[in-house]
Amino acid sequence: MALLQIAEPGQSTAPHQHRLAAGIDLGTTNSLVATVRSGRAETLPDDTGEHLLPSVVRYTAGGVVVGRVARAAAADDPLNTVASVKRLMGRGVDDVRSLGSRLPYEFRQTETAVPRIHTAGGDVSAMEVSAEILRVLAHRAEASLGGPLSGVVITVPAYFDDAQRQATKDAARLAGLNVLRLLNEPTAAAVAYGLDRGADGVHAIYDLGGGTFDISILRLHRGVFEVMATGGDSALGGDDFDHAVARWIMRQAGIRDDAGHHQLRRLLRDACAAKEALSSSDAAELRVELDDGRHWEGRMDRATFDGLVDPLIRMTIAACRRTLRDAGIGPQDVEQVVMVGGSTRVPRVRELVGEFFGRPPLVDIDPDRVVAIGAAIQADALAGNKSGDDMLLLDVIPLSLGLETMGGLTERLIPRNTTIPVARAQEFTTFKDGQTAIALHVVQGERELVADNRSLARFELRGIPPMVAGAARIRVTYSVDADGLLHVEAEEQTSGVKAAVTVKPSYGLTDDEIAGMLRDSMDHARADMVARQLREEQVEAERVIEALRAALAADGEALLTAEERQPVDEALASLAAAAGGGDTAVIRRARESLEKACEPYVERRMNASIRRAMAGRKVEEFE
Amino acid sequence: MLDLTQNYFDLFGLPVGFDVDPESLSERYRELQRVVHPDRYVSGTEQERRLSMQGATFLNEALETLRDPLLRGQYLLRLKGAEPDLQRGQPMAPAFLMDQLELREELAELRTRPDPLAAAGAFIVRVRHRVDELVGRLGEQFAAEALPAAAELVRELQFLRKLQVEAENLEAELEDELL
Repeated sequence: MALLQIAEPGQSTAPHQHRLAAGIDLGTTNSLVATVRSGRAETLPDDTGEHLLPSVVRYTAGGVVVGRVARAAAADDPLNTVASVKRLMGRGVDDVRSLGSRLPYEFRQTETAVPRIHTAGGDVSAMEVSAEILRVLAHRAEASLGGPLSGVVITVPAYFDDAQRQATKDAARLAGLNVLRLLNEPTAAAVAYGLDRGADGVHAIYDLGGGTFDISILRLHRGVFEVMATGGDSALGGDDFDHAVARWIMRQAGIRDDAGHHQLRRLLRDACAAKEALSSSDAAELRVELDDGRHWEGRMDRATFDGLVDPLIRMTIAACRRTLRDAGIGPQDVEQVVMVGGSTRVPRVRELVGEFFGRPPLVDIDPDRVVAIGAAIQADALAGNKSGDDMLLLDVIPLSLGLETMGGLTERLIPRNTTIPVARAQEFTTFKDGQTAIALHVVQGERELVADNRSLARFELRGIPPMVAGAARIRVTYSVDADGLLHVEAEEQTSGVKAAVTVKPSYGLTDDEIAGMLRDSMDHARADMVARQLREEQVEAERVIEALRAALAADGEALLTAEERQPVDEALASLAAAAGGGDTAVIRRARESLEKACEPYVERRMNASIRRAMAGRKVEEFE
Repeated sequence: MLDLTQNYFDLFGLPVGFDVDPESLSERYRELQRVVHPDRYVSGTEQERRLSMQGATFLNEALETLRDPLLRGQYLLRLKGAEPDLQRGQPMAPAFLMDQLELREELAELRTRPDPLAAAGAFIVRVRHRVDELVGRLGEQFAAEALPAAAELVRELQFLRKLQVEAENLEAELEDELL
């Protein structure tokens, strides 16, 4: 925890100290890590020079393999090789069942609602699989940068609901990463393009990845990125193109629907190859191995392919139209359309998107890397490596948040596309005489009926004093933080009885489960972890000391009396003394006491910066 | 941190009144949000993050209220202590009610038209036009400090807004059905 992160805008806390931060694009098909070095954001390769890490994890009795090697084994060992796990993030058993026909895995029902995939290496949740991918990327970044990461920005589809965001954060916790921020993928892409070009105006970010589609309408204005609206479909992507092509091949080759796992895997691989070939040529030759060892040969031309994928692309266009309406604008108001995601390499996608917006889309930055690059830029800014003053991202919630009321209807408390952070309260009452408890059901979605929306959490407010029906005044407050995560509080106003939940989605991991998994993973490398924690705590202490000294030198005299200054100086001296030692807990305690001692000072500094902003003058004028 | 008790106009350094320049509003909002937003305090102390979260939430609420004519009108009436007493249910002007009734009937019949989507589009344009006209009159009443008249118009605006939202939802439904 850094103290006095509020370096005055335009002034870095500690100029010579660069905090190591990385941006991670945790994708359905591939993942990437990028970082800012010497002012340039770039994706990092593995030791064979590959930037893309296939988001595939293979579990064997002997251990876990991630990436290319795992993907190569997918066709031969489908049950132990988990691909496209992003589709399962934050999903419950029922959701998984509805995806089930397309997923080759064996799911195990567990006591909690988190579905687990049965593998040779044990039963694993989607969060654990994602954590394996994150770990590999973090190691790659640390090896490349030569030190521990102080934090990461992880991108998520803008359309991800609360459960999916929470699952992503849980995965990062399992991987031992400090998440600076979850960032919407399209916003990250805009950061990559916006900073490179400094273009003002309204832009659409069309992101068609392997498993998800997002459309975001952003307004870029003097370095402030404002999300006007987002929409999309968290279960639509290039994988669906492959499935469409695979189904076509099955029909042509006379392969039955109940073909085995191996056959389906091979078919999907061939379908994907055909799709990629058709991006640059007019026809693709097909040669498919059948289960009996014979081969089927055929040919697919561009027109046939376009016919298969058109319905899917049109679904994305419909989402674009809806999102533009939410933003209160039409396609003609959009100045640039940024293409993100490998599936935007398909010429038909570019063609139909260009047709809808009435202009050719931007494809200059590698559509696979643009999100990671944007995330790295944001991570660098959030870690405090540059005056954050030139960038601010204002985000919105992608789906409305509401509460179940009588008759299974949804009462909306916060409508979609509301800028976050946000808090809204509404009063409800009891409907029976003498009712002493009320059950609250938190839902997310746009539909009238609760059953059609996504259930996020249930909790109860108990101990309401008995009153006649309608007399109790229960105030329910929803607050959403800057990551888009929800906290709900209910209070009976006349008695002051309270209950609260930080929405742990019905499908999320419990804290106990996370703690258990962390213990398991730590046992492998306990000594490693201890040394690492000490080093991190020391670095943090040094940073705090340096930041505080700089701050005190700048305005300590002005904001603190000698009397107020004394405890701050004392706590500062204790931390400086502790920082050199080898006891993590002692350093942490000293830092926490210092932070405590600084509270009044911190508040005054914040107030001072706000007063300047309120005075309507640019902060730089005061430097 | 931000003084959470001050009124939204003071917060943005704008004159208290119905006419708000949208450009200066969003300009001032961004200036303040640059200082307050939680992204500035990602690795800050608990206290910093709490204050920042409260401040940014307050700013968003304030922006939303002042940006929207209906919310702005309601807020201004509340500031001036002239909130219409909805419980007591003062009757609305009969001419306005008649007009609303007709518009609602028309909305209900849009689906039966030969080209419902085009009909819905045209209907929305008309409703928007009325909203704009009403907002214009509202500005005049506020400028003249005619608060009871302003309160009446705010209530009318509320009716029209609801109609507008319903029409837009219908348009969205019709569009989705065409896919």
